[in-house]
Amino acid sequence: MISVAGRSFRLSGEPIDPPELKRLLVQKDAGGFVSFEGWVRGNNEGREVESLEYEGYRELAEKEGGTIIAEALRNFAIIGAECTHRVGHLRIGDLAVWVGVTAEHRQDSFAACQFIIDQVKLRVPIWKKEHYIDGNSGWIGIGNVSDRPVSETAEGGR
Amino acid sequence: MSSEISVKVEYFAVLREQRGLSSETRLTGCENPRDLYHELAREHGFRLPLRDLKVAVNGEFGQFSQTLSDGDTVVFIPPVAGG
Repeated sequence: MISVAGRSFRLSGEPIDPPELKRLLVQKDAGGFVSFEGWVRGNNEGREVESLEYEGYRELAEKEGGTIIAEALRNFAIIGAECTHRVGHLRIGDLAVWVGVTAEHRQDSFAACQFIIDQVKLRVPIWKKEHYIDGNSGWIGIGNVSDRPVSETAEGGR
Repeated sequence: MSSEISVKVEYFAVLREQRGLSSETRLTGCENPRDLYHELAREHGFRLPLRDLKVAVNGEFGQFSQTLSDGDTVVFIPPVAGG
């Protein structure tokens, strides 16, 4: 699997550190840098969200994410591209995903950054479970299949 | 007459919760992932229809119709929701 610093996709169980990722992209020919940060927001489709759980199938997620990075490097005139996606239990405002792209010129770095986040959302095996303030929870994208009362499983004592 | 093979099934997200396990190794007479999913769905009440799933075999995206071999690892992939 390709995992070159400045050209890789990772899943992280630890908080994402944007300055560290940005350092991987520093390169003398880079004239522009574009990043995207996806944050956990406090509502989804009218329901108030208390926290989120992201789960990933690491082996295939890092492979498919690496393929997306490679496609971006092939299809856009960019120099480097990095993406890291969090897994685990996240709270409102936490950083869920970070994408950074460098290029000689800005147009391609904007376009490649958007391409990467769009493809990651479509293709990489990562799942999101929302915990709502009303005590319910559910996996996103599968209708009501997993909706259930969480009174038995809710974390107490907070 | 087909014989049984041993496959490892790994579960994620809603399927992991519905199965109550992250992985299991089982003997099956199923020849492909489609039949295996239907067998598991009957046993464990999975409600996600096959059309909403993808499948991975041995760490690569695969086909529901591909022939499974003894020792394969199979993952049924619910609709993804990263980002």
